[in-house]
Amino acid sequence: MDFQTRSMRMNNSRRTATNYFVSGLSVLATILVIIPLVAILFYLVYKGASSLNLAFFTHAPAPVGEAGGGMANSIVGSGIILALASLMGIPIGIAAGVYLAEFGRGKPFATAVRFTADVLNGVPSIVMGISVFTLLVKGRHFSALAGGVALAIMMIPTITRTTEEMLATVPHAIREAALGLGVPKWRTAISVSLRTASPGIITGCMLAFARVAGETAPLLFTAFGNQFWSLKLNEPIAALPLQIYVYAISPYDEWHRLAWAGSLVLIVMIMVSVTLVRIFANRGVLKGGS
Amino acid sequence: MGVGILVEDLNAWYGTNHTLQDINLHIPANHATALIGPSGCGKSTFVRCLNRMHETNPIARATGIVKMGEVDIYKDASPVEIRRRVGMVFQRPNPFPTMSIYDNVASGLKLNGFRNRRILDETVERSLKQSALWEEVKDDLKKKSGASLSGGQQQRMCIARALAVDPEVLLMDEPASALDPVSTSKIEDLIFQLKSQYTIVIVTHNMQQAARVAENTGFFLNGKMVEFDSTHKIFTNPKDKRTEDYITGRFG
Repeated sequence: MDFQTRSMRMNNSRRTATNYFVSGLSVLATILVIIPLVAILFYLVYKGASSLNLAFFTHAPAPVGEAGGGMANSIVGSGIILALASLMGIPIGIAAGVYLAEFGRGKPFATAVRFTADVLNGVPSIVMGISVFTLLVKGRHFSALAGGVALAIMMIPTITRTTEEMLATVPHAIREAALGLGVPKWRTAISVSLRTASPGIITGCMLAFARVAGETAPLLFTAFGNQFWSLKLNEPIAALPLQIYVYAISPYDEWHRLAWAGSLVLIVMIMVSVTLVRIFANRGVLKGGS
Repeated sequence: MGVGILVEDLNAWYGTNHTLQDINLHIPANHATALIGPSGCGKSTFVRCLNRMHETNPIARATGIVKMGEVDIYKDASPVEIRRRVGMVFQRPNPFPTMSIYDNVASGLKLNGFRNRRILDETVERSLKQSALWEEVKDDLKKKSGASLSGGQQQRMCIARALAVDPEVLLMDEPASALDPVSTSKIEDLIFQLKSQYTIVIVTHNMQQAARVAENTGFFLNGKMVEFDSTHKIFTNPKDKRTEDYITGRFG
């Protein structure tokens, strides 16, 4: 009896120590994750903030040798390309994910699609750029649309797989509830399964969006970039990552500073759009108990 | 008003597993019929054959005749039509977690494209009154998520949801087995009231429950229906030795 109590007490203090050790490790890991993000943000603000002025947001780049100018055309161009990419990539990606999770279970075709999506996810972005170049640009000309298509193709596999995985977490009992009410299967998939999984799917779309928003390589041979204002979808269009690239490899200090400013704007734009979508998506969602 | 159900030579399989064998049975209209038997005996499969939920599993199939009134549900109708006429309540409450209480109850109508606000309002109120939940939730119908209710309330909401599409038959697959005794007795009271308007088939592991709510009881064992008779007869003077062993607890 006495021995038992003593050994239990020893065990107890060891358990407490282990508990502190493991919690400490996970806190440490969390800090390590946050450091790079905070460091990058601070560095960008330090290097780029001084070059931000009204002209940066209202003017196209100035010719070489002239002072001033901005990246307004790149900001708008990036917005257009990303809007095109999202308009194509998100619906196709989600629809394919719904197929995989709700209709394709166990079918060989679905397995093939899943495999293709995983491979596509690993294709280097420069290869994506060249492929879309061959398909849409060669023999015609560089265009905003081609840039949008390249980014859309990069978004699709991520969105498809996240959608599928999020739908897989929806309990089968909920689908049965809908089917048992005489709701057709397609309607159950859209109005019940997809709706229940929507928070996770929105996160997936945001991840895909944030990832392609900073892509440069797929745009090199598609959107190409433009030093002037252009809003036409069938002409070369400016994009922030391309402009940053052009400025960063230039020999001029002034352009280097603009590249830093552009990077800062790009990161802030991604953060703001992701945050806005989250706030918007959370509105009107009833919080479940249990 | 409920309809009677006539089952002839019903067989069902999961893959190669012959889970229901030659079931013949007549379930009378506007009565409660209980199905009892050990786990895995096929009683859940049986009720799932009555609204063609069985076939939602890709490896499952069924043969035989099931008639709801005049309609042979495997021949004359689509599964979707049948499920609108046959409501189902599951073992665990399964509210739609993203929907309010109101939307949960109205879901059968709304998801089938029904949009008339006045009729939806009336239906939600009627169904929640029928399932004895109205007084508890009437003030936060649209404010609270269906998933925020307690387990017993959720199950009564699921019953309201099934009643909202105005079915003729109500299938209940162990509707109270996940609930506490107070909620269970509320569900039993409900069954008692509802059976004047609907034909109710209830699967249960609780033999007192079968005795309390059902006029007729069927005993299932290993995929076969061993005996079907009035509940009184089954519990006092069963014909089959196996039924007697089961209800007296001398089984496995």
